[in-house]
Amino acid sequence: MAIEPRKPPPQFVAKLQRALGGRAGWGGFVIQILFVAALAWIAYEIVANARANLETQNIKAGFGFMANTAGFDVSQNLIPYSGSDSYIRVFLVGLLNTLSVSIVGIFFATILGFLVALGRLSPNWLLSRIAGGYVELIRNLPLLFQILFWYLAVLAALPGPKQSVSLFGSFFLSNRGFVVPKPIGNPGFEPFMAAIVIAVIASLLLQRYARKQMFDHGRMIRIWPWVLGMMIGLPVVSSLIFGAPVKFEIPELKGFNFAGGSRVIPEFVALAVALSTYTAAFIAEIVRAGIQSVHKGQMEAGSSLGLQRGSTLRLIVVPQAMRVILPPLTNQYLNLTKNSSLAVAIGYPDLVSVFAGTTLSQTGQAIEIIAITMGVYLLISLVTSAIMSFYGWRLGRSLSP
Amino acid sequence: MKRVSLVFTLALAAGMTAQAASAQTLKTVKDRGLLSCGVGQGLPGFSSPDDKGNWTGLDVDVCRAVAAAVFNDPSKVKFVPLSAKDRFTALQSGEIDVLSRNTTWTLSRDTSLGANFTGVTYYDGQGFMVKKSLKVNSALELNSASVCVQIGTTTEQNLADYFKGNNMKYEVIAFGTNDEAVKAYESGRCDVFTTDVSGLYADRLKLANSADHVVLPEVISKEPLGPMVRHGDDQWFDIVKWTLYAMITAEELGITQKNVDEMAKSTKPEMKRVFGTDGNLGEQLGLTKDWVARIVKAVGNYGETFDRNVGAGSKLGIARGINALWSKGGIQYAPPIR
Repeated sequence: MAIEPRKPPPQFVAKLQRALGGRAGWGGFVIQILFVAALAWIAYEIVANARANLETQNIKAGFGFMANTAGFDVSQNLIPYSGSDSYIRVFLVGLLNTLSVSIVGIFFATILGFLVALGRLSPNWLLSRIAGGYVELIRNLPLLFQILFWYLAVLAALPGPKQSVSLFGSFFLSNRGFVVPKPIGNPGFEPFMAAIVIAVIASLLLQRYARKQMFDHGRMIRIWPWVLGMMIGLPVVSSLIFGAPVKFEIPELKGFNFAGGSRVIPEFVALAVALSTYTAAFIAEIVRAGIQSVHKGQMEAGSSLGLQRGSTLRLIVVPQAMRVILPPLTNQYLNLTKNSSLAVAIGYPDLVSVFAGTTLSQTGQAIEIIAITMGVYLLISLVTSAIMSFYGWRLGRSLSP
Repeated sequence: MKRVSLVFTLALAAGMTAQAASAQTLKTVKDRGLLSCGVGQGLPGFSSPDDKGNWTGLDVDVCRAVAAAVFNDPSKVKFVPLSAKDRFTALQSGEIDVLSRNTTWTLSRDTSLGANFTGVTYYDGQGFMVKKSLKVNSALELNSASVCVQIGTTTEQNLADYFKGNNMKYEVIAFGTNDEAVKAYESGRCDVFTTDVSGLYADRLKLANSADHVVLPEVISKEPLGPMVRHGDDQWFDIVKWTLYAMITAEELGITQKNVDEMAKSTKPEMKRVFGTDGNLGEQLGLTKDWVARIVKAVGNYGETFDRNVGAGSKLGIARGINALWSKGGIQYAPPIR
């Protein structure tokens, strides 16, 4: 009896069927088509309705308004800005304010979060309880409440500008913010910076050399006195030859406020402190989970090699824990950035406040402005994710043999 | 705040209220059985809720008057408290039928926002409030001051114009709501709080030690405050506009909440037209013949409303000033009802 060999199914069609319809085959494909069509229809309805509504109300759609004069001022601008600039400028000012508070917040939240996590895992009973108490207290209170607390309860307790706390007659702390002398470049500034750059490069080369010595010959070289010497010595030498790199503009009280100097406004401080302490509580738990996910044998192995607890954590445990920590840590960074939009409650001029707030109500271009604002937050989040993914990729590469 | 405006924007985009945006507002309101009226978030004298949730104020009474004209029942109003920032989006999206929230009439707001002002309920101007202890007597002494202000108001722009025009430096701190701005001023973050003068008097009542604060004499802008409706519905525009004129006309004619029934019996031709015993003026608006009587019975004439909420009979005690009738030295004036 001849057995007919079973014909192999036509590869291409089968693959296509599976790709388009999933396990359900062609039937699934039809459902998907209907689903996409429904989505497209909803999108069309939204656009058409919005257009019709705008038309009946004679609202001009489009982005032309962005070039109009803004006509209002902003308390913190990292780029030069005045009321006679355009809404585009306002947008940039707001965006930079959002980015600056987010970056500062992320920086301190990360440091504080790691410290609290290590504290919580510490064998020291008191330290671990304090860290645990911090996490439970902070992460269970609403963020807006914490922002208002820092702003109204802590900063409002500061004295007025005339009674401000002064340090060396040039640093002033008051409810107008923290005023510091502003550095202004002298002719000696460029050689000074060059000296610092040279010191940094030389230190990095030295570190490489020391590592190579350690790997190749097992010799430990103590490099930190050299590094310290270069980092301080070279700039000092440069200053002696070329004169002081900067002179300082000392702030002084004029009328109601300080003139001259640089000022950090209390809104920025309150927001940055609230965002970083709040997010740190979540980061602490993420880091703790990450460290605990590393097998305790690793810790024991480190101890049996004679490493101290700190070195074991830094060299063995944390690098392995990072793989677990990184994805949720990215989430926290994104949350912090988006949470910074609560700024409007305490008058910090972030993007939502000056652009989706003042600009929107002055121009009435709600759809355009909200769309731009959403797009910007999306972009910031995607860039943050990309950076973290890149870091994760490098980490994965260095961990795998 | 962001969430609120986002919701309105999405509502606007999704056209959930396409009906409201078309020329059918009166019908929509009648079908709903309620007037949806956008008001402030608690400005004594203009719109503020008491501890039982009853809204009172000049702006609130405009809403009640419109409800009285449409339903013969001033209580058929849903009050929607709005921040300055969200108010226009709420109107554009159809969330509210009338915006009656101490809003300044300007050209750009009349055109680009897709809405129209229907009249002026209160002629105001922007002023400054400072602590007495600063010993400042004039706004021109405010160089380098920090100023607290509410976001999304004409105040923000007038402030920039005034300080720039007088070559003075200042720092502006803009808050999402009026209360937040007042609180920051009270805490000492700002030297100055600025808003419309009527608002300054109202907000001063909320401060812990009202007597320690003083309103400076300068009035730096014209702030005619009035209700707004959406573009594209002329009938509804007429109804809201003439509701206010009916209140002013009633004051001109001496019709009050108390004597309205008696006056309705008048045989004077003018009175007969106003009360609808002659002609059908109310019906031309899409209302009933007794529309004026309904309004006056519900909230009183313009003068009574003013006195009760912001004038001599209220805590604010603001003088009529330019808000008096044109025949009494003010500029409140209604076109003839005929």
